Amino acid sequence: MKTVSSLLDAQWYERYKKISRLNIRSSIYDVTDRCNLRCKGCFFFSSGEHERASEEKDVTKWHAFVEKEMDRGVNLAILIGGEPTLCMDRIEAFYKRLPTFCATNGLIKVPRDRFPDMMVGLSLWGDAEDEKTLRGQDTFKITSANYEGDPHAYYLYTITPKQLGKTEKIIKKIENVGLKVHMQLLSNDEDVNGFSWKPEELIAIREEMDGMLDAYPGTVVSSKYYHKIITTGKMLDRTFGWNECPSVTILRDNRDPQPKRLTNFIRWASDLKTVHRCCTSETRDCSTCKDGAAHMSWVMVNKRAHIKTPQDLQNWIEVYEMFAKLYQFIPW
Amino acid sequence: MTTDTKQTIIRIAEIIINELKLEDVTPETFDADLDLVDEVGIDSMDLATIALVLRDEYGIRIDEDDYPKLTTVRIIAEYIGDKLADNQ
Ligand code: SF4
Ligand code: SF4
Repeated sequence: MKTVSSLLDAQWYERYKKISRLNIRSSIYDVTDRCNLRCKGCFFFSSGEHERASEEKDVTKWHAFVEKEMDRGVNLAILIGGEPTLCMDRIEAFYKRLPTFCATNGLIKVPRDRFPDMMVGLSLWGDAEDEKTLRGQDTFKITSANYEGDPHAYYLYTITPKQLGKTEKIIKKIENVGLKVHMQLLSNDEDVNGFSWKPEELIAIREEMDGMLDAYPGTVVSSKYYHKIITTGKMLDRTFGWNECPSVTILRDNRDPQPKRLTNFIRWASDLKTVHRCCTSETRDCSTCKDGAAHMSWVMVNKRAHIKTPQDLQNWIEVYEMFAKLYQFIPW
Repeated sequence: MTTDTKQTIIRIAEIIINELKLEDVTPETFDADLDLVDEVGIDSMDLATIALVLRDEYGIRIDEDDYPKLTTVRIIAEYIGDKLADNQ
């Protein structure tokens, strides 16, 4: 029988031991239905999720809700929106109690006296031109001024097909303001013209992402195995999609047999009662879904499938480490 | 080690091998002290599956809170032994 220690040398085994018992149990929370931007291709607004529930305005209810979530075993709260920073009191209900990650467009700065070490993911959709096309403004100018050198913030760079050949410019820009970056791919939920991936573009972007990781290892938080999986939708001999997705809300998971999945994962709407199908848009076609977190989790929950060869297991470790860094379970 | 414990160990190993479709190992050769989480890569979803089979087989309930303690086949066998003794 293949065991972990039979496949790893001492150095890799040490790395493995640092993550093997983290037992991360995340859930995702829509903090509000509002946003101070309206990006084309935003899954939240394009699929009408902002209208599915009316947000809970009583902050005491948020506090009680977070307590209940902790009783459910959640040990990582991932806050999304709309734009969470429009509701700092609600963010605080999470932050006071458990490890919290806040995904934001970065236009409003999270006050560091109130949230000193909360990890902040700053969304960025490309260079100034793409940002203006898709989001109505070049957010980088504002967000980099807000977060320059912040050790608890990084850019979540959503790469679009138009970014082919241009990613280095962005990575350098981010490095120059002393921040890290994690790359993911646009799923183009609103079919914006020219922003859907063609097979040859996916091959090319994978190579480019690999090149960025090699050239900027201190800035890019990523792994080549993750690049492979997100661009091909393949892991070992399996294909990503509804039957494999780990990030389905447990209360909506009627798959039989159930695949390996995130334990008790739920994505809650901001009324604190409604649940969404999964970590991203309910109307998205799973066969073309490029959701970065879902792909990462897909690897993470399939540990045993990677205990086959030293390379498979090292790939698994690198993806798990990447996740653990992005959510502050281990240092950068 | 009593014959009972030895048999329980072999039966638990068999359940784990069958449920997780482990290759190149038999219930007799399965190392009872092997760390199931660190070495075999078992996660809480696997443990929940195994716990269900053990419940049906031994008529005991395994609390989810106890999963982190159940790190080897030998420890699981002792846990089952204790539960059965409590039930008597
Ligand atoms: S900033 Fe985020 S939540 Fe707001 S519209 Fe853009 S993608 Fe959607
Ligand atoms: S849209 Fe993506 S994240 Fe959602 S269930 Fe489908 S594959 Fe999973």
